[in-house]
Amino acid sequence: MTVVSAEHLEKTYQAGYVAVHAVRGMDFAIASGAFVAFVGPSGSGKSTLLNMIGCLDKPSGGRLTVLDTDIATLDRSAAADFRGANIGFIFQDFNLIPVLTAYENIEYPLLMVQDWPAEKRRARVIELLEAVGMTDQADKRPDQLSGGQKQRVAVARALATNAKLVLADEPTANLDHDTAYRIIALMKTMRDEFGTTFVFSTHDPKIMREAEVTFTLEDGRLVNGGAHG
Amino acid sequence: MGKVLKLAARNLARYRRRTLLTSALIVLGMVAVLVFIAVSGSFKRLIVGQITDSMLGHVQVHQRGYVASIDNLPLNLNLKPEAVAQVEDALKGIEAVEASSPRLKFGAMFSNFTETTSIRLNGIDPAREAATVPLLPGRVIEGAAANGLLERGTLLVPEILARGMKLKVGDTVVLVATNLDGSVNGKTFTVRGVLAGVTGPGGRDGYLHLEDARELLRMTGAEVSEIAVRLKDPDRLKPAFAALAARLGTVRDSQGQPVFEVHTWEGLSPFANIARMIDLLDLSIKVMLVAIVLISVMNVMVMAVYERVREIGTVSAIGTRPGRILALFVSEGLLLGVLGTAIGTLLSLGIVYGLNVARITFAFGREEGLVLAPTLGGADVGVVCATVIAVAVLASLQPAWKAARMDPIQALRHI
Repeated sequence: MTVVSAEHLEKTYQAGYVAVHAVRGMDFAIASGAFVAFVGPSGSGKSTLLNMIGCLDKPSGGRLTVLDTDIATLDRSAAADFRGANIGFIFQDFNLIPVLTAYENIEYPLLMVQDWPAEKRRARVIELLEAVGMTDQADKRPDQLSGGQKQRVAVARALATNAKLVLADEPTANLDHDTAYRIIALMKTMRDEFGTTFVFSTHDPKIMREAEVTFTLEDGRLVNGGAHG
Repeated sequence: MGKVLKLAARNLARYRRRTLLTSALIVLGMVAVLVFIAVSGSFKRLIVGQITDSMLGHVQVHQRGYVASIDNLPLNLNLKPEAVAQVEDALKGIEAVEASSPRLKFGAMFSNFTETTSIRLNGIDPAREAATVPLLPGRVIEGAAANGLLERGTLLVPEILARGMKLKVGDTVVLVATNLDGSVNGKTFTVRGVLAGVTGPGGRDGYLHLEDARELLRMTGAEVSEIAVRLKDPDRLKPAFAALAARLGTVRDSQGQPVFEVHTWEGLSPFANIARMIDLLDLSIKVMLVAIVLISVMNVMVMAVYERVREIGTVSAIGTRPGRILALFVSEGLLLGVLGTAIGTLLSLGIVYGLNVARITFAFGREEGLVLAPTLGGADVGVVCATVIAVAVLASLQPAWKAARMDPIQALRHI
């Protein structure tokens, strides 16, 4: 089953007076349960592509289907609902809410996005804390956690709502190599455990080798479509 | 909504410094307004009480046209005996009325046999007058009131005349008055007491017994110029006035015109303007409070949105609907308002209690030692609290709207 499908995908945006062609005629498909990396140097269009797959942005041309939904048809609220129901995000800077504990950060989407009842919410958060090995850090706030621990919490948050697709934009860029490998390994374990499709971007050659499918981007074009690692 | 409120409360608790600062500003404004309302209300009540309880009464009834000519004290616009009976009947039917006093007002010449001057006189029934304006006996600054306010043949002389004409209690004076038919009559009286003016020594009103007044004016019928009315509860002035005006409004003369005119003390005393100024000051302070709350909450919420741009981007990216983001920030404004009003109200009640314990006194006119007794009514507290909370919500709307409409990609890039 295909989770993401792009046909002649284009994205152009204005940077001042200059039109930037961030994505140029991409065609690709991502299968359910895949562990996929988009790789390429800075400015190659990785983040723009992930933003479109995550329904944070819309294509300028072509067609992008995520979980059988043409994302161009979604308005702002519908896109939010779609993300809340189907997509999890992991950010380069972790983006945990600074005043909430690790537990509360993982609980946040269950509380504010999906309205889970308290008991079910609690069970899910505890399950995820155990899965990412953060049970003993549950009451700590982000400023009391290391970079690796923060990213573990972010992975747990991304999985909290049973997302079918998790998007991670440079999830290891702010981590040392050992921690980066552990996070990638954790993501792979979570994929195996929960069956979630993981798509991440990176420009680190060592990290990209961990992906099972790799798409290489250059100047907004796909130069290597879906190489299997 | 409960979850959003819970999360908003948690955010306020975690952003402690900002919450304390904003709450402190709201509390400051609340305390300023509530204490001012309590103190000014007490001052107003005391002063209005002085005016109504020592001179005017709460309501007065006259024959139609009398008040327009009141400076001349026209005898031809007195209430005739049958009209007086109609008013007395109407007053008996109104439960809010505590007492009433008929007065016969006229001008006369006043002489101590060596000097003569003019005087305004009030013929009164001493017992009914004391019941209607209970502070009147307290205005007698010289002379005893052992057997009531007045007896037949005696006079209460205004201080200004007593001082100017060097009169003492027990002196004999002559009053000469012009009757309704134009003839002149004179009568001697004994000075029973010297009367202080309500707002100072400027008043020229003297008091004598109602029967003496009628005798001096050679009146055959029991006419009066006005009937002053005291209410059981001055705060119920408007409904009582309306009830009396409605009852007396049905009495018409042969031309179909109303026979009576009814006025509250506000329509008869220039102090009503000062009372209105106090109300205006109250309103001004309330407007200032609104401004303080509006500016402080808006400032804090704008800062909160600015400081939390990445947080907003994150929660938006993970699927929080714009409406929920709006509700979250508005809830924070709402809770700031609720917190500020709760603390502000408690603090204000404490200060008002302290002021009552301290028994602060002040003087008004010749009256010394009036004790300030500030009180806070539930309605005042309710209106101020509701206003503050509404303004706090209003102030948070714009920043909340901005947060809800934020583009998640731009917000996530924010440094």
